[in-house]
Amino acid sequence: MTAVADTTFAPRTGGNRHLAGTGALLRLALRRDRIMLPLWVLAIGGTTASAAGSLGAVYGTAEERAGVISSMTTNSSLRSLYGPVFDDSLGALVAWRYVAFMAAFAAVMSLLIVVRHTREEEETGRQEMLSSAMVGRRAPLTAALLVALIANAGIALLTTLGLAGEGATGALALGLAIGGVGMVFATMAAVMAQLTETARLAKGLTAAVLGVAWALKAAGDAASTDGSHVLTWLSPIGWAENMRAFAGERWWVVLLFAAVIVVQGAVAYHLAGRRDIGMSFLPARPGPANGTLSTATSLAWRLQRGSLLGWGIGFLLAGLMFGTMTEGAADLVGDNENTREILERMGGQAGVTNSFLAAMIGMLAMLAALYAVQSVLRLNGEETSQRAEPILAGAVGRIRWAAGHLYVAFGGAALIMLLGGLGLALGYGKDFGPVLGAVLVQTVAVWLLGSFAVLVYGLLPRVAALGWAYAGLSLGLGWLGAALNLPSAVMNLSPFEHLPKLPGNEMQWTPVLIQLALAAAFTVAGLVGLRRRDMQN
Amino acid sequence: MTKAITVSGLHKSFGRTHALDGLDLDVETGEVHGFLGPNGAGKSTTIRVLLGLLRADSGAAQLLGKDPWNDAVELHRRIAYVPGDVTLWRNLSGGEVIDLYGRLRGGLDKARRADLIERFELDPTKKGRTYSKGNRQKVALVAAFASDVDLLILDEPTSGLDPLMEEVFQECVREEQSRGRTVLLSSHILSEVEELCDRVSIIRKGATVETGSLAELRHLTRTAVSAELAGPPNGLSGLPGVHDLDIQGNRVRLQVDSDKLDAVLRSLTDSGVRTLTSTPPTLEELFMRHYQDEVRTEEAMAR
Repeated sequence: MTAVADTTFAPRTGGNRHLAGTGALLRLALRRDRIMLPLWVLAIGGTTASAAGSLGAVYGTAEERAGVISSMTTNSSLRSLYGPVFDDSLGALVAWRYVAFMAAFAAVMSLLIVVRHTREEEETGRQEMLSSAMVGRRAPLTAALLVALIANAGIALLTTLGLAGEGATGALALGLAIGGVGMVFATMAAVMAQLTETARLAKGLTAAVLGVAWALKAAGDAASTDGSHVLTWLSPIGWAENMRAFAGERWWVVLLFAAVIVVQGAVAYHLAGRRDIGMSFLPARPGPANGTLSTATSLAWRLQRGSLLGWGIGFLLAGLMFGTMTEGAADLVGDNENTREILERMGGQAGVTNSFLAAMIGMLAMLAALYAVQSVLRLNGEETSQRAEPILAGAVGRIRWAAGHLYVAFGGAALIMLLGGLGLALGYGKDFGPVLGAVLVQTVAVWLLGSFAVLVYGLLPRVAALGWAYAGLSLGLGWLGAALNLPSAVMNLSPFEHLPKLPGNEMQWTPVLIQLALAAAFTVAGLVGLRRRDMQN
Repeated sequence: MTKAITVSGLHKSFGRTHALDGLDLDVETGEVHGFLGPNGAGKSTTIRVLLGLLRADSGAAQLLGKDPWNDAVELHRRIAYVPGDVTLWRNLSGGEVIDLYGRLRGGLDKARRADLIERFELDPTKKGRTYSKGNRQKVALVAAFASDVDLLILDEPTSGLDPLMEEVFQECVREEQSRGRTVLLSSHILSEVEELCDRVSIIRKGATVETGSLAELRHLTRTAVSAELAGPPNGLSGLPGVHDLDIQGNRVRLQVDSDKLDAVLRSLTDSGVRTLTSTPPTLEELFMRHYQDEVRTEEAMAR
């Protein structure tokens, strides 16, 4: 037997052998995420850090800010969307406008990071080979959580530094609140990654919890003017809000974050040390022994129907929630200039109720664009993972193959929009026709953004992820552009800007038809590109 | 002298599936041990238990004198593993992956790494997504052979390699053996097994059915005999170990258990032998018999 002469590695395994190799795995993860991670941190931290400048340009004086605040805090519908304002300083306004959105983005980033470096590694089989080397049983989880911690700390740091001019303590509180929500969902994803067998399910379950957390916060804020409702306190995003950055910070809320992070982390570590690699506590059920799939289209439907179902349920529930708030929108202090102005910028010129409905439909449409892009880019995923190759080696042309996924993408986008509209109308209790019509009009812009992804995928498959860019830009402009008074040349980049704000305004066919034509042209150009180019390997 | 691997009575189930059902395995230090069995017999499950990736339900397993589950990390410094289907990270180069695995094991021999890269004709600068199946396999093989370890666990390591590279692989395994390292080789390529292995273990349905050197295994199997005799054969059917007896006039064909050959030959010479051919079983036949028995018993059970 060869003796192990080399003991120089001993200190690395000396402390806790379950954690052996964490350093190497952390370096591996950081190396793999060298592009993605800085982008996330810059996008979330940078946006928040620069918010004082952009919001300050719009609401420069204390009177302007006081105007916004009085209108925002008195209207329950708007409060449920943006949360309560706690003070009239510029810093407090930044915190009000950004804390929930950025916390939600940090949560998405964190759950993607953690699942990517835990369950996804096991699912692809890479973890098996890694774990055959000096890698402790808890090292992958530790490395993944450390990456999430680094990213969230980066966001908190950027936020703190960028907003320190408005008050260092407030800036620190805002940074901690956003990073804290990020770490709550990082550790939650760590638990889900132990429970589920696939990365997709782990991400989906964590995202579902995030959705519930958002809904709880929205409902709590609708019911209370100062974020003190019990529903708000049930949501980690509500805690971030209740840190009250720049408005008499409540530092003890940090303990709440810490407690949940520690408990969830402990559960994940406990589970991670007790299970076999690749196995899960919720085992996958066996599938049918005989299949009925016979066409590329039915395969595409089979692959995407689960995701579509999730989106559909989400849209129906969101629609119902917004629908029940619609009456509240009419309670708005009628003669408040600022509110009306903001609502008009977000929605239409007609009655407040119609403006609210139009604004909600616009928001659903922006989210539906994310569904459409994700569904279109499934093509790229199938292609780069080599799953498309054997299909295309069968008697299936590229166009037919792509068309299968595009039916699901475009048809599915229309379907979830209709479900969202149905929820709105049901929750509101009237206006079924106008609401459903408005939803279909907005669907045109969703299709346009989806067709842009087809275009990029067909012509420039190496950078297919850029298909997200147009939808992301439109989403950003829609959510933040109105409040920031961006120049109309910039705002006009978003297809949503050009469509009539329904209900409550005249229907205009010209922009609808132009966008339909553009969407068709993009799709055809993308498909032609797909047919002519080499397939990626 | 400790054994490199000792496994006895290993059990592991996943829900209602019994993947391992009392498996035994002994690998001497310094030998190349073939690990064979039909698909789904439990080879990869056994290897995962040996690597501490799965925890056995019951039974004992020791690697290099240690417990594969509790001492996993210490053990893995001395083990290199190559799976049958290597997955790489899309945006990391092959060279980066080789060095990563070197660092995660007991260290990497730089000169040997360079030598292996040249012999396997691997371009270490390419990114993971651009490697073909065979080249991904080569990345893992270079990482394993360049690592400074005592035991190599190879699970169908040459899937996707071309015959030239298969040759390089066999050279590398022999070099490892000459350095006193132990190799556990799971493979379906019988020429590879015949060429490399000192001993083999054949498993089926989670249990070991045969273990020993190839010569010993041959001894346990049947020899095909066909003869033309001077007169009609006599009393052959009564002899122990005779199978598939086919007598047509003075011509005889039969299969006989190799250790019962003596008595058959004696009986044949009693009748006077004109011509005689005796064929020892090929390795393929040997394995087919073990592999197919499973099918036969299943058929019998289905009836």
